[in-house]
Amino acid sequence: MSTASVPLPNWITYGLMPFLSLLTAFLISGGVVWFIGESPLDAVTLLLQGALGNGEGIGFTLYYATNFIFTGLSVAVAYHAGLFNIGSEGQAYLGGLGAALAALALDNYVPWYVTMPFAVLGSAAFGALWALIPAWLQAKRGSHIVITTIMFNFIGAALMVYLLVHVLIVPGKMAPETRVFLEGGQLPKLGWLIALFGGKIGAAPFNMSFLISLFMCFAVWLLIWRTKLGYEIRTLGANPTAAAYAGIPYVRTVMITMLISGGLAGMMALNPVLGASARLQVEFVGGAGFVGIAVSLMGRSHPLGIVLAAILFGILYQGGDALSFDMPKITRDMIVVIQGLVVLFAGALEYMYRPAIVRVWQRLGKA
Amino acid sequence: MENLDLISILGSTIRLSIPLIFTALAGLFTERAGVFDIGLEGKMLFSAFGAAVVAYLTGSPWLGLAAGIIVSVLISLIHGFAAITNRGNQIVSGVAINFLASGLTAVLGQAWYGQGGRTPPLATSARFTEIVFPFASELRGTGFLGRFYANVISGHNILTYLAFLAVPASWWVLYRTRFGLRLRAVGENPGAVDTAGISVTWLRYRATICAGILCGCSGTYLAIAQSAGFVKDMSAGKGFIALAALIFAKWRPVPVMLACLLFGFLDAFANFMQGKTLPGIGEVPVQIFQALPYVLTCVLLAGFIGVANAPKAGGVPYVKER
Repeated sequence: MSTASVPLPNWITYGLMPFLSLLTAFLISGGVVWFIGESPLDAVTLLLQGALGNGEGIGFTLYYATNFIFTGLSVAVAYHAGLFNIGSEGQAYLGGLGAALAALALDNYVPWYVTMPFAVLGSAAFGALWALIPAWLQAKRGSHIVITTIMFNFIGAALMVYLLVHVLIVPGKMAPETRVFLEGGQLPKLGWLIALFGGKIGAAPFNMSFLISLFMCFAVWLLIWRTKLGYEIRTLGANPTAAAYAGIPYVRTVMITMLISGGLAGMMALNPVLGASARLQVEFVGGAGFVGIAVSLMGRSHPLGIVLAAILFGILYQGGDALSFDMPKITRDMIVVIQGLVVLFAGALEYMYRPAIVRVWQRLGKA
Repeated sequence: MENLDLISILGSTIRLSIPLIFTALAGLFTERAGVFDIGLEGKMLFSAFGAAVVAYLTGSPWLGLAAGIIVSVLISLIHGFAAITNRGNQIVSGVAINFLASGLTAVLGQAWYGQGGRTPPLATSARFTEIVFPFASELRGTGFLGRFYANVISGHNILTYLAFLAVPASWWVLYRTRFGLRLRAVGENPGAVDTAGISVTWLRYRATICAGILCGCSGTYLAIAQSAGFVKDMSAGKGFIALAALIFAKWRPVPVMLACLLFGFLDAFANFMQGKTLPGIGEVPVQIFQALPYVLTCVLLAGFIGVANAPKAGGVPYVKER
């Protein structure tokens, strides 16, 4: 294709093309809403009101966004090295175990700010551990990381259900979950942050993890664009042959990248486990790992883009909840449809409009 | 272990393996042509929904099957459009299809029937029902072989037998026809195929269409043969187990069938073992059996059970000119 090699200015590549993709995804979503007999405009209004209309809505939106920032960063770091970590879901699930163990061990004795660093380390360590074997299989055996991380999602799910049903369950209780953490094992809500803007947080579980996630965004930016390791990661992703020629060790770089990626995914567990429900529950990740793929794609693997994309998905999640309440015909599953369309158009079909844009651009250039 | 009922476990092994066999064969076609397909799960779910809706509306299982296949082929073409024509990331496209399937089937099911994403239960005449072979009931009382004949070989629906026919048929297509030779070549070295004057794009599209047809059969099996209607997220990860089976079988048709039977057996055995205890070990947690297919596949990938060499050009979009 002759148009593939024509360079385009950045505002088209990073601005116009994602915008067109997103627009297509939303138009088709609107078509689905219209098809099942509701007004797309009313639906958008309800969605935005539910997500941004008051302090509580914003709190929920940012709570969901926090999950997606972590998993988006996780996918992005791996992506920079040319690795597709589709296992953030499982790594976050296992990360929950690390976070919960820290909280269970300490909540009786110390205040939350002592527990927090241990929970952060625990969740990151367990998440990284769950990425270790797929990383090793990729680095040493050349097994495709996509396949092995999918397998580990399922193995992790089975393991966590086993642990929650047989080991961590409160004796005598039916629900497969740990005991509720005491105050020393919970992350404080960020009501003051919402209050700063004149809103009330209400029942929204918006908490400390949000600030941790923003800090990790900065840390990832620093790592990828300002350190030697980050340079090696990006070189490996851009051209593995050149990386090998430049003396960048393949095995080491793949392993470290995947451990970081798994650790970031694991830290996502802080938000729901310590921040919201104050206990470890079955399937608490709820697909956030897969949303991370969409977030990372839309954010072009840059922390700033990831924050914006995560907030967009936070709006969809919280607004979708509100929407399904007001329009019973549109269930929460509509969010999954929009998500799928965003991944399809912003991800798999990201170059669909490129040939046409190149033709228009060239014609404008000649004129 | 009290009364280990081997015959009934084998019978349910067959029933649980069928969707895996169809789906893994579907993956075999696309992946041998160099197109990664992790959207198998989604295609299965879409076709299950299509089959259930049409079988409910028309009362005919055959029209249901046709609808399942058509829906699944359409989704395959979307995957092809993204992965082959637009050279998009094949994994991302698969992820998108899985999201879409899970969301859209539930949204449409709820909007049309208002039963929490289910489709209304089907009448027996709208389903594929068991075919009883001649003399099955007479032979049931005559020892092990008789019961094997009556409960394992006889007494399944037509799609089951179709699945076992699809295995040699796939083998024949892939290894004994010109199309199959070219399909395998395009998965290893698309440049060579292109040089020979054969369209890489059209070959890969045909491979994804084959996969669509096979996934259509598996989704139809789930919705209108195994159950009497569509249930939200009814594929429940079977597409991924089939993917694991495909890798476990090292991308070859007959081993694919055996791997699917093995994973189906694990599933059947887990169901059987629920609530039972093994002597000396106690109750075996059902999660072990759920994780075993994936663990086995990872052990294989680690190189402890032979080496699984994937098609060389898998996942790489083909660019004709540089």
